[in-house]
Amino acid sequence: MSKGVNGVRRLRLCLMAAGALGFAAVFTLAVLGLQPFGGDVHPYGDRAVRASLLRGTPNTVSSVNFDQRALDTLGEELILVASALAVVVLLRMVRREEEDEPGRHRYGPADVFEALRVTGYALLPVTVLVGVYVVAHGQLSPGGGFQGGVVLGTAVHVLYLTGDYRALDRIRPVPLFEGGEAVAAAAFVVLALAFAGLIIPMNAVVGVEVGCAFILVLAKFFEQALLVRETG
Amino acid sequence: MAWAAYLTAGWIVLAGFYGIVTSRNLVHVVVCLSVAQSATYLLLLSVGYRWGATAPVFSDIRPGRPVVDPVVQAMTLTDVVVGATVTALLLALTVQVSKRRGTVDPDALRTLEE
Amino acid sequence: MGEALLAGAFALAALLATAVVLTRDPVRQAIVLSGYGLSLGVLFVTLQAPDVAMAQLAVGTVMVPLMVILAVAAIRRHQREEPP
Repeated sequence: MSKGVNGVRRLRLCLMAAGALGFAAVFTLAVLGLQPFGGDVHPYGDRAVRASLLRGTPNTVSSVNFDQRALDTLGEELILVASALAVVVLLRMVRREEEDEPGRHRYGPADVFEALRVTGYALLPVTVLVGVYVVAHGQLSPGGGFQGGVVLGTAVHVLYLTGDYRALDRIRPVPLFEGGEAVAAAAFVVLALAFAGLIIPMNAVVGVEVGCAFILVLAKFFEQALLVRETG
Repeated sequence: MAWAAYLTAGWIVLAGFYGIVTSRNLVHVVVCLSVAQSATYLLLLSVGYRWGATAPVFSDIRPGRPVVDPVVQAMTLTDVVVGATVTALLLALTVQVSKRRGTVDPDALRTLEE
Repeated sequence: MGEALLAGAFALAALLATAVVLTRDPVRQAIVLSGYGLSLGVLFVTLQAPDVAMAQLAVGTVMVPLMVILAVAAIRRHQREEPP
């Protein structure tokens, strides 16, 4: 049996080596057909910059995402919503386990230094503020809905570093974020289809959506990982 | 030498694929896949780079100054964020596999049904 | 100067990507992955892409490694509860 498995592994590695050599050859040929790194010919980029400045958006990346290619971003958004939804559905089992046997679970231990705890609490408002700032200034400076959304989605988990999972659980009621995610996704569909180019509201909506999606996904993983049976 | 940046992306893709093929743990497979995916960020941003140009944000520079390509940056940006949720989906599937089958070794998962 | 910086950032990213793949234990891999995410963030800044670097730093150094560690913890919990 183990000999058979080893044979299969060797065969798989040989197959991979052949494929990798082929890929390397074709990829190198393709790359040699590109302009050299750092070249001066960027027809799409030049046009995008011109269009963005015509519409008065200093951050051209935001302009491309939410104005010139809003329909494309809509597709990306739907992938994000679908993935987050699938994670929530896939990791839902533990909810039933939890409801079946209330009181038999406890959350992980929380032995952390007092200084770390205080720093965590103090940093939470700062990180959330930074996230909101990044979303709100997406039109003018580097930043926007996607970047601010991921900052907001991860910032909340500073509380976990303080070792206080219950506090984290209290400040992010999952149903609220599920609702926020759905509403923001719907709002983005409307904005992208009918009002593409309204960069500030689109940034805000995407920020809410990405932040909610990240918080939801991490909440589900936390539930799966931290529910420890007391009688184990 | 001028193509070394693109070839770095090719190297990272192949490294990720090698990890996937030789892996003994589905979590390791998912991480290697995310490494292979990260090569697309490198490739896209390298294609859009321009020597001596600055970031494509005009709040503090005058229009007309050469900037790098914002189109590929916008693509990479959505790619990074959406890629993270897709990685989350794959990890959730891995957790489910371990729950149902009691193992995360791909070689022990020969059939779909047991 | 800029050229050397770019070459260094590319080399670091390639090196750390290889290190992530060759680290077999998922928990250690999550830590190396976090370092790789950081190196990608630095590379994106040197490639003049601050927007992408911002997202990459939050996603690559916090979000994905945290999810990997939580998934490993969940898998260990299930396997402890129901030995195969």
